[in-house]
Amino acid sequence: MQFWIIQGLNSLSLGGLLFLLSSGFSLIFGLMRLANLTHGAFFMLGTYFGAVALRSYSGLNIWVTALGAGIAVAAIGGLFERLVLTRLKTNPLGQVLVTLGMSFIISDACLVLWGGDSIPVPTPQNLQAPTRLFGFVFPTYRLVLVGCAIVAAVALYILMDRTRLGAMIRAGVDDSQMARAVGIPVSRLFTIVFCLGAGIAGAGGVLGGPILSAYPGLDADMLPLALIVVILGGIGSLFGAFVGSFIIGFVYTFGTALFPELAYIILFLPMIFVIAFRPQGLFGRVGA
Amino acid sequence: MTALLSAYALEVIGLNKAFGGLRVTQGVSLSIRPGERRLIIGPNGAGKTTLFNQISGDMRPNSGQIKLFGEDVTTFAPYARAHRGLSRTYQIITLFAGDTLEHNVTLGLLGLLPSRWQMWRPLSSYRDLAIAARRTLDTVGLLHLADHPVSDIAYGEKRRVELAMAMAQKPRVLLLDEPLAGLSNSERATVKSLIASIPKQTTVIMIEHDMDTALDLAETVTLLNYGRVIVDGERDKVIADERTREVYLGA
Amino acid sequence: MKWIASVLFAALALSLPFFMGDFYINLASQILIAAIFALSLNLLVGFGGMTSLGHASYLGVAAYISALLTSRYGFDHGTAALISILGTVAMAAFFGVIALRATGLGFLMITLALSQVLWGLAYRMSNVTNGDNGIAGLTRPAPFGLSLESAASFYWFALIVTVIAFAMMAIFVSSSFGSSLKGVRDQSRRMAALGFNPWMIRWITFIYAGFWGGIAGLLYVYYNKYIHPTSLSTTSSAEALLGVIAGGSGTLSGPAVGAALVLLLKNYASAYIERWNMLLGLVFLFIVLVMPTGIVPGLHKLVAHFRGRSS
Repeated sequence: MQFWIIQGLNSLSLGGLLFLLSSGFSLIFGLMRLANLTHGAFFMLGTYFGAVALRSYSGLNIWVTALGAGIAVAAIGGLFERLVLTRLKTNPLGQVLVTLGMSFIISDACLVLWGGDSIPVPTPQNLQAPTRLFGFVFPTYRLVLVGCAIVAAVALYILMDRTRLGAMIRAGVDDSQMARAVGIPVSRLFTIVFCLGAGIAGAGGVLGGPILSAYPGLDADMLPLALIVVILGGIGSLFGAFVGSFIIGFVYTFGTALFPELAYIILFLPMIFVIAFRPQGLFGRVGA
Repeated sequence: MTALLSAYALEVIGLNKAFGGLRVTQGVSLSIRPGERRLIIGPNGAGKTTLFNQISGDMRPNSGQIKLFGEDVTTFAPYARAHRGLSRTYQIITLFAGDTLEHNVTLGLLGLLPSRWQMWRPLSSYRDLAIAARRTLDTVGLLHLADHPVSDIAYGEKRRVELAMAMAQKPRVLLLDEPLAGLSNSERATVKSLIASIPKQTTVIMIEHDMDTALDLAETVTLLNYGRVIVDGERDKVIADERTREVYLGA
Repeated sequence: MKWIASVLFAALALSLPFFMGDFYINLASQILIAAIFALSLNLLVGFGGMTSLGHASYLGVAAYISALLTSRYGFDHGTAALISILGTVAMAAFFGVIALRATGLGFLMITLALSQVLWGLAYRMSNVTNGDNGIAGLTRPAPFGLSLESAASFYWFALIVTVIAFAMMAIFVSSSFGSSLKGVRDQSRRMAALGFNPWMIRWITFIYAGFWGGIAGLLYVYYNKYIHPTSLSTTSSAEALLGVIAGGSGTLSGPAVGAALVLLLKNYASAYIERWNMLLGLVFLFIVLVMPTGIVPGLHKLVAHFRGRSS
């Protein structure tokens, strides 16, 4: 029984992490029609920032660190978008290639700066004590991660549905030409969304640190998961990313626990089913 | 067997298509006899091209049937309909811009031939295809441009290439989507005479937004508005019908 | 003019082992393998309009099957090669069905996800694949009893395979099927209306590209006598894609030139710079921003320019 509970909680926390990773990817793809292959690297950058900061300054609050890392990664993303991506508006293949190139640059930079060894990230002091619920003992931090994902989901929902910025983003997603014609600054929106996506990934990287550790290759591990979540959940749908993240969280956690050697195959089975029967994903829009 | 007994070249039966709340085709039914020259008219947004897209298979209707010479082709892919004698041109030019006119028409001929699957002989070695392509270009008066890339020729000439490609397959039913759009007066006269000279074995269904230009090519006319058939029948009767005037002059 | 250049080039290629040392002969062999791999990818990218970031799957799978069958199960090279290629083609058929449910970016993402899954499998299933250690101590085949151990003999073997590959792909591209492929790339809806079956055309091409990727994979594992999961990685797929883009996806020979350049860069750069990936990334940025159509078309333009001036 204990096994199922623990794995269930691990699934939820992985799902939460995946949402922090893939929500940004889904936003960027939805608005800019760009498969941002740098996204895993942005996440990893956040994890490294968090690892280094939290190990060097023991009193540092993880939330502040996450915010700081998020802003830093958002800035890097913004520079990249302004300097490189905007020049390739008519070349969608080129855009994908440069995001790939950028991911190589970032991942090698991390290797140069922080070496090839895995850097474990300490769980914040005040969240180290386990929580007792219904007679079971849970690692508190994992519960908190799920909470983070929910907070992020709610915040993004409010942003997209209740603010003017969100309305403009949604207009841009639906029909960017029309949005431009109506006077929406689509180019500026692109930069904002790219920064937002990168920033969420960076912050998510910090929050994922205590569970994943910072290690070279984290980006290559996370990117396909983000892809699978978005393909499964549907392009352009944040709700799809939310649902997809938790589905994959469960499939991956239980798969790895029960059939460690076949975890990767089990991982992409839901994606294959969805692609076979509903190519636009569970909640995607046709033609998105 | 039913194909031989069917009186109609193309039948559309109770076709319905909606995009969310927007109903673009509502209960459309058409019966077109072999060899007929049918003109489909209607104001912008009446659903004419959407209707063509469903007939050609580019779009699936929500309900209803499409029959080609008695055969139900409603679920058939576009290429399967082409193999049953359906051909169409498009409102926007969809030619192969980087290729020569001859190559464009050759592709048009290749689509129905088994040799389109063959991977070990160069296409250029098919002399008979090249000859047939050049002959088709000659019928539309473009043989002199056969070796020019499509991107080099004028808009009116491109329209004629489109027509040539559609005709090359000797289709049984030909759908022309606004073939006269954007043409100058002289170009329009050329294309009209080409359409008029299409052999009787081919049933021609044409969409035109501007009624006057295409009327003399039509035997029968169907008027669409808001996705519905308003009037349908012989040309002169439809013209005289007051509902036609309402649609074009009313509101 | 083109004739003379081709004959000279052929003479050079054939006689290379007579005036170069082993290091350069081996480098040339590696270039040939990379060229076949890039050419096979370009069937998809340049001629089919389908950009895949998972092409390393076919190279890696063919290599691993051959390695396992010969080293662990005692198969002879001929049978192992046949089974490898059949397995690779079957996998390409399967992956193609999944990936072709989408086009454009969706297709790219699915090919990337699928190849990453394979890479993960190669890493994790260590009792089968030896995981991160890779499989070493492999042998080269001896076709018709001729040994391929020396650098020169392997080079000539690879050269023969490359020439056959190039010729077959050239025929494929200019055939009616090849023309229909290019047509589907340019105007898919029009092609369907003309009677062509776009999905089938794409799927067959996908399989054919996987076939040649597998051939490259066999040469790869014979050359190295070693196979490791990195051959299945996204970096491997990306290097091939870079070769295709850098050389020019619009031509038949462009990707071969691009692949050669990427390989040479990798070899020389790794002598001076430790971080090949970072350099690869920067080269990607440079090529895409500065030379989007590639080097070979750029050279063609240059030659045409000079020819125009002299006439």
